[in-house]
Amino acid sequence: VPFRSETLDGKRVGHCTNVPRNVNMESLRTGYLFPEISLREFEHIQKYPDSELIRLGIGDTTKPIPDIITSAMAEELVHTSYVAFSVWQYASALSTVRGYRGYGAEQGNKELRQAIAETFYEDTGVKGDEIFVSDGAQSDISRLQLLFGSNVTIAVQNPSFPAYIDTSVIVGQAGEFQEETGKYRNIVYMNCLPETNFFPDLSTMPRTDIIFFCSPNNPTGYAASRLQLEQLVAYAKAKGSIIVYDSAYSVFITDGSPKSIFEIPGAREVAIEVSSFSKFAGFTGVRLGWTVVPKALLYSTGFPVIKDYNRLVCTSFNGASSISQAGGLACLSPEGYMALNAVVDYYKDNAKMICDALTSVGLKVYGGRNAPYAWVHFPGLKSWDVFAEILEKAHVITVPGRGFGPGGEEFIRISTFGHRESIAEASRRLKSLFIHN
Amino acid sequence: MSAIHHPHHLPTSISSSTSAFLGQNNFNTRTQSVPLPVRSNGSCKCVATPSAEKSANTTKVSRNANMAKLQAGYLFPEVARRKAAHMLKYPDAEVISLGIGDTTEPIPEVITSAMAKRSNALSTIEGYSGYGAEQGEKPLRAAIAKAFYGHLGIEEDDIFVSDGAKSDISRLQVLFGSDVTMAVQDPSYPAYVDSSVIMGQTKQFQKDIEKYANIEYMSCTPENGFFPDLSKVSRTDIIFFCSPNNPTGSAASREQLTRLVQFAKDNGSIIVYDSAYALYISDDNPRSIFEIPGAKEIAIETSSFSKYAGFTGVRLGWTVVPKQLLYSDGFPVAKDFNRIVCTCFNGASNIAQSGALACVSPDGLKAIHEVIGFYKENADIIMDTFNSLGFNVYGGKNAPYVWVHFPGRSSWDVFSEILEKTHVVTTPGSGFGPGGEGFVRVSAFCHRSNVLEACRRFKQLYK
Repeated sequence: VPFRSETLDGKRVGHCTNVPRNVNMESLRTGYLFPEISLREFEHIQKYPDSELIRLGIGDTTKPIPDIITSAMAEELVHTSYVAFSVWQYASALSTVRGYRGYGAEQGNKELRQAIAETFYEDTGVKGDEIFVSDGAQSDISRLQLLFGSNVTIAVQNPSFPAYIDTSVIVGQAGEFQEETGKYRNIVYMNCLPETNFFPDLSTMPRTDIIFFCSPNNPTGYAASRLQLEQLVAYAKAKGSIIVYDSAYSVFITDGSPKSIFEIPGAREVAIEVSSFSKFAGFTGVRLGWTVVPKALLYSTGFPVIKDYNRLVCTSFNGASSISQAGGLACLSPEGYMALNAVVDYYKDNAKMICDALTSVGLKVYGGRNAPYAWVHFPGLKSWDVFAEILEKAHVITVPGRGFGPGGEEFIRISTFGHRESIAEASRRLKSLFIHN
Repeated sequence: MSAIHHPHHLPTSISSSTSAFLGQNNFNTRTQSVPLPVRSNGSCKCVATPSAEKSANTTKVSRNANMAKLQAGYLFPEVARRKAAHMLKYPDAEVISLGIGDTTEPIPEVITSAMAKRSNALSTIEGYSGYGAEQGEKPLRAAIAKAFYGHLGIEEDDIFVSDGAKSDISRLQVLFGSDVTMAVQDPSYPAYVDSSVIMGQTKQFQKDIEKYANIEYMSCTPENGFFPDLSKVSRTDIIFFCSPNNPTGSAASREQLTRLVQFAKDNGSIIVYDSAYALYISDDNPRSIFEIPGAKEIAIETSSFSKYAGFTGVRLGWTVVPKQLLYSDGFPVAKDFNRIVCTCFNGASNIAQSGALACVSPDGLKAIHEVIGFYKENADIIMDTFNSLGFNVYGGKNAPYVWVHFPGRSSWDVFSEILEKTHVVTTPGSGFGPGGEGFVRVSAFCHRSNVLEACRRFKQLYK
């Protein structure tokens, strides 16, 4: 059960310390979006215990991890590789004298870093030693904010994955929340709406130090084109900004759009890229991701960003789980990679099924083509209201677009992970619900 | 810190590996990866030429001034670098690592089989799980509460499972923010100070006294029995306290902790109590701050399976934030910590959590106590060796660290001497703060044969 406070304003009676609450935490308006959705889900199940709730809310993977990967994590596996001394520790091997390993390098196992470079960054110039393996993008985003500190300005897409804004608030970058606009004073919100074809109008944007950019986008599902990313890189170069590019969904791209910012020439001097095994390999619980910090990325004084990031990683972190890393390496083996692509294809077929169903009843559906999210427009309606209606009447959990920023109002995000039968049933129920459209 | 002997310089390699990579299992060290531009005296020699071209290659983003306050690399990668350099110099030397506190003994099978089982289950429809609760899986939270805090009134939902104490310390700093003041023991585990600097709680490093301005350093020396004289400590918002202590090995008594709790209560402070070595205690010193009445209203406790179960690579720890702990306005600290955990983290690995659950099963606890007992025997051997050589030796009884006094000597010099002449890696005391100068920390994590060999070499050097 999600954490519940005792009183209406969250305060308790009892001995108080003299330690003031962090004002940045006060600045956060609500709980983090996804636990809020969980709470609604929990309440709904209490109310309708027999409802056969279908979860298309939190983008949680559902298909089991291919055997070749989990067995790599479970069994001892002698790995022949080009790195002579590197032998992976696997859970069982950890019980043997020969196989036991303790602390790993905080930056990640060398072989894994190299495999990530070769699998995802071939021909982009990104090297293994520019890759920092982590326990996932959410932790990395937070570490990047710690790295940048409270004195930088940021821009985010509007709508966007809430962690960028929330971590910005926590670190003290964001300024006051403005009720009228639903925005934080110091954050620049780059509108990504149907009218702008889901890409920001860079010509009117005020300069910020950092630009968070997620493509394929959560929640809109839009994948920026090569031309658009060239514009973004040129813009960042001209303004001296750093792009933090979130490519967690790149494996879902079907139309040839770039899968990494580093496909764009010049990006190594302006961008950091964050990615994850979560949606690619079903590692949402296993926890594994990475961040690329190119050596060519320099602060205004010429000091390499990677040096500070390395220091931060060594101080605030102690490496991703060795078992998860073993799994990650197996994911990037030829057999593992092939098996995972089959799982991704399955989710892509889910997306098509839902998008077709909703389109067939006249709803305006975006996304779904390059990402595991359908972004459905309900003009003139409040997204929490639509969320509630869908939940109450169709017993389907979605995510209200407003949770992703003011630009998400009027939209609902439907995630397309799930067992095919659930997806089919959800499609049926949603068609039923919206047939009058 | 190490400023006197080791001017701040760029490492020749970004991949600063720890002992797991460097020779622990007799593999050859591979040359490290591409070096960064060489730097001296704080200015970077860039590839690009100055003015127009330079501005074309740099962003206009200012470096975080807090990062610039840090004096050198984090301590343990620095030690690892020295070790790597030493091994290149003496490729045939059998280097023994008693430096970084890295566990060496295999994880008991009752625990690894649980992790293997969970891994395999992830390949099945019934057994697959995606995102878990960010606070940790409920059965594990309940099991930790019962195993370690059963009779202390700490409940399942006071427990936040994590990927380890180092990450938790950082998240606690993010929680508290940049406007709080903190106190640390001197010497202390470097992550408390370094994370404080990164958060912006401190002012500049003062080279003459080797301390960061705005941090209260609580001296812990042989003279005061390694417990600070609280009458000399100024009030701070947060007090970091590690017991049994890394690096001194000292475990605070019930009486001392009662005074500490009272001190915190009187000052309205919050204690962050690091109990990562609690199970190493031999006598009846408290294993948890929550054994002291009133502690729930003034303390957070952080701990880890790293040194209990050899989980240094597996990554699993926890932090206790009692419901009774309130900010000055009555707002529960746990509520904000929960928000941080949900926003800046996504839960510990599910496989590691299965391992942890096995750790606190009856068989698991029995097995990890055996491993801990093994390391404690190592500590005894090391202590006896230095005692027999006439050194003043501390710790070792309640912790896997032996704290050896070399009065009047620079600890980095002693570190280098020991490394050069015995090929044994230790950790220089000044890496833990100015109060560590004149001491060397010898860790007890090692295969038995290596501990015996290391001690033989110490006897040779210091006879």
